[in-house]
Amino acid sequence: MNSLLVADTVSKQFGNFTALNGVSIAVPKGSIFGLLGPNGAGKTTLIRIINQITMPDVGSVTLDGEPLQQHHIRDIGYMPEERGLYKSMKVGEQVLYLAQLKGLDKAEAKKRAKYWFEKLEIGAWWNKKIQELSKGQAQKIQFVVTVMHNPKLLIFDEPFSGFDPINANLIKDEILQLRDEGATVIFSTHRMESVEELCDHIALIHKSNKILDGEINEIKRQYRNNTFDIGVEMDASAFAKAETDLQSMFKVSPAEFKSLGDELKLRIQLGEQGNSNDLLKQLQSYGQVTHFTEVIPSVNDIFIQTVNESI
Amino acid sequence: MSVLSLIIKREYKARVRNKSFLIMTFLSPLILVGMVFLITYLTQLNSDTKRVIAFVDDSNAFETIFSNTDQTTYINLSSQGLETAKEVSENEEYYGLVHILPDTEDIGFDIKFYGKETPSPGVVESLEEKIENKLTNQILVNKGINPNTIDDVKKEINIGIENYSGEKSSKMSNWVKAGFGGAAGYLLMMFIIIYGNMVMRSVIEEKTNRIIEVIISSVKPFQLMLGKILGTTMAGITQFSIWAILGVVLLTVMQIVFDIDPSATTSVVNSEAQAIANDPDKITEIFIEIGKLPLLQLIVGFLVYFVGGYFLYSSIYAAIGAAVDNETDTQQFMLPIIMPLMLAIYVGFFAVIDNPHGTVATIFSIIPLTSPIVMLMRIPFDVPGWQIALSVTLLVASFIFTVWFGSKIYRVGILMYGKKPTYKELFKWLKY
Repeated sequence: MNSLLVADTVSKQFGNFTALNGVSIAVPKGSIFGLLGPNGAGKTTLIRIINQITMPDVGSVTLDGEPLQQHHIRDIGYMPEERGLYKSMKVGEQVLYLAQLKGLDKAEAKKRAKYWFEKLEIGAWWNKKIQELSKGQAQKIQFVVTVMHNPKLLIFDEPFSGFDPINANLIKDEILQLRDEGATVIFSTHRMESVEELCDHIALIHKSNKILDGEINEIKRQYRNNTFDIGVEMDASAFAKAETDLQSMFKVSPAEFKSLGDELKLRIQLGEQGNSNDLLKQLQSYGQVTHFTEVIPSVNDIFIQTVNESI
Repeated sequence: MSVLSLIIKREYKARVRNKSFLIMTFLSPLILVGMVFLITYLTQLNSDTKRVIAFVDDSNAFETIFSNTDQTTYINLSSQGLETAKEVSENEEYYGLVHILPDTEDIGFDIKFYGKETPSPGVVESLEEKIENKLTNQILVNKGINPNTIDDVKKEINIGIENYSGEKSSKMSNWVKAGFGGAAGYLLMMFIIIYGNMVMRSVIEEKTNRIIEVIISSVKPFQLMLGKILGTTMAGITQFSIWAILGVVLLTVMQIVFDIDPSATTSVVNSEAQAIANDPDKITEIFIEIGKLPLLQLIVGFLVYFVGGYFLYSSIYAAIGAAVDNETDTQQFMLPIIMPLMLAIYVGFFAVIDNPHGTVATIFSIIPLTSPIVMLMRIPFDVPGWQIALSVTLLVASFIFTVWFGSKIYRVGILMYGKKPTYKELFKWLKY
């Protein structure tokens, strides 16, 4: 697949501390790419290298096939984890200033600012100072600033921290729309569950090393282990027998999921040779099957598993 | 529009619109002028106090010198004797009592001043002078010399100063030159301290606002730093110009409205200056000397050193701002800035004025951190070309070095939070 951004064995040292150790990623065009890992893993350093804020010691980064150059900053929109705007500057002036720094001319900047302010229904803030806005409101301005110059590549570091759920959803929808219009998006976060559903591709970074990357469904297929959550409606007195039955054949543990009745709920690991259809048939023999779902490993589970394996 | 000019414009607007900047700009000339007039008024009020001084002249020789003036009234109590006179002076709350004993062979004149409190030195000095003059005249007369003869034989000599090629100058010229140089050097120091600090605060502000990462992902740190320095400088020039204009206007207005002469203040402080101001010949001489100064060289030199020196220091200020999280942490880094500035000012005011081409003055006018101020003070005294060339070259080189150094620190420092950096750490940053 055609990659918009490629980082090739990028390393960065700060004194004796290795922030990145030969990390390579390829971000496909038009994808949402999750850069995942715990705090201090090196995500922000990698993002700063992409933004040309810091230079890599070793390795190279290409955007659209070209090595990174100063003019590429216009193709990138970056919302850092530490959000900030000039507190005593008026919203409108500030948005125009930052857009002009990204290379828009004033008229164009005004036009686009107007578009975004109308779209997010924040036109009334134009003449207010940032210090008069709430934190969430300022975040919206920050979002506008990030996307206003129509960058090819959007980078969000911890995108939803600080937003209330309603605004987080609003921003999420805007980001998805931008993706549909052709932008490529990188999400960087340590709260992996928050972006899991959005990402097509992920890279896991742990202690300065990339430990896993690829298409998310592909990864999940790799890490699926034939486990199912099942629910069977039957006489409560038969629970114990059915459970012992199953335990003799598979690895069984209690399962938690929502249901209407009071059925037997179990998580069953079939093992490599197991066949889900056979299990289903067997369950049917106990009673009414109300629940039969494959347990898809969460990125978090995969992460923990990978980290444990790598040690 | 280029990115740099955008940054300069924003920085300028942000400075100029700042409330404290506006207040400082328009209020401080008012306060300053107010102070001048307050001091003038108070000094006049102070010297307006009337004093009454009694005297007992047992020698009968000095009665004539105690003539009343606007400020002092003398009362002759010689007929009442010392003890009664003391009582009277104390009861009547006179300023004091002067007692002159008759002339004796062995101890000469014995004169005493009695008072409730120690008299001001001015009063005592003027009494001593009066008595001395009288005495001198008396002795001259006794020796058969007419006191007027002494005045006649006194001659005032002015040595005309000329260099070998015939250019004339005078003693006054040195003072004029020192005045010009000193004013320029002092102005530069003030400018560096006020606006360098402003640059630093502006960097810290961006850091604490956390906007820095957004900005830095759009422009190079070097551009941002340069833009900040230039924008703040323009704001500074605006403020200085407003101060100059307001100062002149206010002084003129106050002078017309209140009819107070502000030079009265200086006259109290410095009687020599008053003597010059009262002498029309000397004033003309000053203007002639000003006309003789190498004006073009002065202006060019002023611009070069002012700009170079200011940029040199403000890039250090910017680097300091980038290295710390808040203003209180800046203290430890202030020493390397303040030290050379103070050193330059002291060297300027002592070494340069004493001997503009002495070793100390020459060396300090070549070392980059002190050269802007010291060389500015030396320029009116005709500095050899090679020294200026060397000093400017070094200044420019070290300016480029500090900006490079500063932007290195700046680049690393602006993204460092929560650490109080040490010099050692700053040095490490250079290698990142």
